[in-house]
Amino acid sequence: MSTLRMTRAVYEEVRAHGEETYPHECCGALLGTVTPEGWSITSSARAGNTRTDSAHNRYSIAPIELVRIEREARARGLSIGGFYHSHPDHPAQWSQTDFAEAHWLGCSYVITAVAQGKATVTNSFFLAGTTEEDKRFDTERIDIAGES
Amino acid sequence: MKVFIPTPLRVFAGGKDKVEVGGATIAAALDELTQTYPDLRKHLFTPEGKLRAFVNVYLNDEDVRYLPEKEATAIRDSDTLSIIPSIAGGAPVRA
Repeated sequence: MSTLRMTRAVYEEVRAHGEETYPHECCGALLGTVTPEGWSITSSARAGNTRTDSAHNRYSIAPIELVRIEREARARGLSIGGFYHSHPDHPAQWSQTDFAEAHWLGCSYVITAVAQGKATVTNSFFLAGTTEEDKRFDTERIDIAGES
Repeated sequence: MKVFIPTPLRVFAGGKDKVEVGGATIAAALDELTQTYPDLRKHLFTPEGKLRAFVNVYLNDEDVRYLPEKEATAIRDSDTLSIIPSIAGGAPVRA
């Protein structure tokens, strides 16, 4: 099983974001650098959920927002290493929708279950594969920097 | 002009996060990009040569799909192209 390393600050931030937007899904980008052991996430960037028609169980990030997030990340020597979103009153497991809409191969998708407004489980899934046709989600361990 | 390569496509662009390309239009710039890095082509375009539905291309801060001349838009050396795969998802619909 691969490992996603992130700081405690990022871990708490993505969970807090999900609590703030409950009962709607939150979303955002995870920023960091690639190391020999995999991604090291040191920052996150909140994003708006454009799925205002169904925000309780759908999210989408406007591409222009990602253009800006990437531009700011580049200026800080970081790259987008993955994304996070929440599942209000639903398990922190990827859905068929999550999979169908996942296109950032080699990146991590972090999902937080938010039950009755409180963040419970946070899981991470690595989008493995080399094409749309052979992509798959592999469960990965979250390693909070300095706490393993 | 610079083309910014998103994380998932860097492995097909020699590991680079940006590539300098020439070309008078967006289409010419993308063509030069995929000529230089042929493995990128199938990730950006359908077999029919159209941009894949989940691939967004921005000329500076403008979505190419909504430019009057789309990929035929003329570009300047100071322009940038950003390739951004879509990001979306959500929890299953409850029965």
